[in-house]
Amino acid sequence: MKRIAGMLLVVLAVAGVLWADSALSITGAGATFPYPMYSKWFDEYRKKNANLEINYQSIGSGGGIKQITEGTVDFGASDGPMNDDQLNAFQDKHGFGILHFPTVLGADVPAYNIPGVSGELNFTQEAIAGIFLGKITKWNDPAIAGVNKSVSLPANDIVVVHRSEGSGTTYIWTDYLSKISDEWKTKVGKGASVNWPVGLGAKGNEGVAGMIKQTPNSFGYIELIYAIQNNMPYGRVKNSSGAFIKADLASVTAAAAAAAKNMPDDFRVSITDAPGKTAYPISSFTWLLVPAKFSNATKRDAIKGFVKWMLADGQNYTQALSYAKLPKEVVAKEMKALNNVQ
Amino acid sequence: MATTTTTVPSAGPVAGSRPFLSRLREGDEIARMITFLFAASVVLVTLLLVFVLWQGSVLPRHKFGFNFFRTSVWDPIFNQFGALPFIYGTLVTAAVSLLIAVPLGIGAAIFLAELAPARVSDTLEFFIDLLAAVPSVIYGVLGVFVVVPLMRSYIQPALKNTLGFLPLFMGPTYGIGFLTAGVVLAIMVIPYIISVSREVLLSVPRDQREAALSLGATRWESTWKVVVPFARPGIFGSIFLALARALGETMAVTMVIGNTPAISASLFSPGYSIAAVIANELTEATSNLHYQSLIELGLVLFLLTFILNGLARLLIVATSRRGAGVGNA
Repeated sequence: MKRIAGMLLVVLAVAGVLWADSALSITGAGATFPYPMYSKWFDEYRKKNANLEINYQSIGSGGGIKQITEGTVDFGASDGPMNDDQLNAFQDKHGFGILHFPTVLGADVPAYNIPGVSGELNFTQEAIAGIFLGKITKWNDPAIAGVNKSVSLPANDIVVVHRSEGSGTTYIWTDYLSKISDEWKTKVGKGASVNWPVGLGAKGNEGVAGMIKQTPNSFGYIELIYAIQNNMPYGRVKNSSGAFIKADLASVTAAAAAAAKNMPDDFRVSITDAPGKTAYPISSFTWLLVPAKFSNATKRDAIKGFVKWMLADGQNYTQALSYAKLPKEVVAKEMKALNNVQ
Repeated sequence: MATTTTTVPSAGPVAGSRPFLSRLREGDEIARMITFLFAASVVLVTLLLVFVLWQGSVLPRHKFGFNFFRTSVWDPIFNQFGALPFIYGTLVTAAVSLLIAVPLGIGAAIFLAELAPARVSDTLEFFIDLLAAVPSVIYGVLGVFVVVPLMRSYIQPALKNTLGFLPLFMGPTYGIGFLTAGVVLAIMVIPYIISVSREVLLSVPRDQREAALSLGATRWESTWKVVVPFARPGIFGSIFLALARALGETMAVTMVIGNTPAISASLFSPGYSIAAVIANELTEATSNLHYQSLIELGLVLFLLTFILNGLARLLIVATSRRGAGVGNA
């Protein structure tokens, strides 16, 4: 009995090795925010293409850009587009460029904890920028109270909470602040980690959410998906058309659709503060980073095949995981851009 | 053969006088070489670590030079990097933690080693070893959900009401900050101090206690004036182990310190530590200067640990001489 079991094991092991050998393995690395979506996609795609194995390490956008530039992975992923310096560095090293492909959308929402206030608050651009610059320090400041007339706000000091670790969520938030406030743009700027004028740093969405829940009179930003999945209350934000919009999957996709009309050919576009009456202003794409040239044609075709599937069928899986899906215009444009991968 | 093997156990220093080949045949030389390799690998790893950190921080070392240690702006967007707030936060939290942990830990160790019945001592030791093995993220969670609310609602207001005239206890009470990080670190390092100090105290020869008692000392006098001074180097050793852990702790600190690179006299203020900022920013550091500045912070932490360890050794040498003097008198 033992012998049979042993032989079976050997046969299985040999079969496993042979089988693994015949499968094509593609590796990617980068952003953590879309990781649940990506792993679902890779899983579903694997069911249809048993010979293709896609491994993805969610090491952070910075790590993703670094690894794809060094050529240690087949594709990268990032929550913020690569800047010109990074594009040039890639071009210099490889002799060809790198392409951005938007995959899904994310958004940040303002969350707060004010004792005695349970309703959804409205926030204007001036209020959000003022609080994060440290200029608006009390909850009953006219910039906040003026658009929340039905709520009586206390005269308490606002405790600002932000992310402590570098993150795509912070990138979106600071990108938005840079657009709505010149002072923020020149003093602080946008990035995965910045030099915050005020506030406490907490680790991860769960850290920020936890600190907001614990700390009376606090204000911070969290990723929309986290807020939806954990039933966190959050406020409405005034968009560029003057409407107060509550973030949800539809209003985030609307922001992308509004931006799609002026989409540049390389897809490196920020859709924060997007035009459109129903657009939620603190939204962003997240991107796959795919080299423009592959020396291995099988790998190239496999990646192109996956991106094509992701843009078509793959988008149907987004809602279940609370990601906002790409607007049709963007999908069409990306399908065309896929031809540039050679 | 038989005669030589019988002499081996007592022949440690004599071994060198025998011919090399015979030593090789008997295995002494092989054992010596292998264990030498093991010992050398420690030095090698240390040197490699310094080399990698040094190589990896070329850009900020050239760009900022000594200013890296003197400036306190940390701005990844405008490429300004200064390590001062992180050095400050690391030192302050470690100091607070030792201030709390050393008296508690040594007191507990004295009780377990000298005063408690053996069965109680062994049982408690089991729990202490268990505590030392708990991952730091668990202590971080404990910090966030237990220590922080306690600090904000009770301890910090109480300190503010009683000692609020000191700059140490001024300012708003968020619950997080230097003090909370120090307290959580203290909880983490106390098991180390107790466990090592207890072992050291237990290994003090019986003669020492009996001699003191026979000279008419009380139980406590023999413990405090004879056993503890005898064990002093070992107790210091436990404190340095605790200090090293406090300096390098990442996860638990970042969860409760507030992650704000600021220098403030108040222990209630949020701050930042070197290990915490490296863990927070390394994965998303996209510019080379930012990345390498974080590596240089690693080098700074290494230097800091090196200097503090050196000072600690000096302290041991100085105090053990004093201890010997007392013993002679």
